[in-house]
Amino acid sequence: MRRDIFQAIADPTRRAIITLIALQAMTPNALAEHFDTTRQAVSKHLKILTECELVKQEQQGREIYYSLKIDKMKEIDQWLEQFKKIWETRFNQLDDLLVTIKNTK
Amino acid sequence: MNSNLQFDFLVDKEMNTIKVRREFSANQQLVWDCYTKKELLDQWFAPKPLSTKTKSMDFSRGGHWHYAMVEPNGTEYWGWTTFLEIKPIDYYTSTDAFSDADGNINIELPQAVWRVSFVTKDENTVVETIVTYDSLEDLEAVIQMGMKDGLTSTLERLDELLIILK
Repeated sequence: MRRDIFQAIADPTRRAIITLIALQAMTPNALAEHFDTTRQAVSKHLKILTECELVKQEQQGREIYYSLKIDKMKEIDQWLEQFKKIWETRFNQLDDLLVTIKNTK
Repeated sequence: MNSNLQFDFLVDKEMNTIKVRREFSANQQLVWDCYTKKELLDQWFAPKPLSTKTKSMDFSRGGHWHYAMVEPNGTEYWGWTTFLEIKPIDYYTSTDAFSDADGNINIELPQAVWRVSFVTKDENTVVETIVTYDSLEDLEAVIQMGMKDGLTSTLERLDELLIILK
């Protein structure tokens, strides 16, 4: 199954996990303490986030620490920025048209 | 770009909505006309380098706007807007879908619900557009529909044009 960043942020628990690990790398146990859910559920979300290539894992001793791939999050902002540009262009054209109409009156 | 005019672009990723607020230096009736008359819509709606071509329009409750955004090379992207609620000159709501040249709606591509409202602010008009998609994936799909290249340079050219016009 193909996964992408939009599936990653589609779930509220995953969004919360993203927010937490954006600040510092965390273990699944430490993350689970922030939620009314089992460690297994947190691990499942981390698995999806990993498949979305949004998080990276690092082994430290016996623990696995999860952290956020910031570059991947930027992809979301990049396409939103494109969308914003479309609107800017469209509105500038409307400015242009309004000026033209007012000048011909 | 006229930096004196308000422009807000807010994305609510949890609600799958985009809220765009923009001020225009014209009265509410004129701005309303630009949004609701085909001969005016054709002059601004598609972001350059695309142009707008209306095939048919019936601006009334249950009516529609069937139009194409056309690339310089002639490629056409057809859209079908259905008007739901209209309260001149304050607001209208509509659904926005992709279609073909014959007006058959493409149900495999995402549809969005638009609410466009107009408010007078001193001599100007503020237009608020709220676009709601079923999901973020839908929104992503819309953006990947070809409108991606050359927008920045276009913006710069437009700025120059606006200065000349004013």
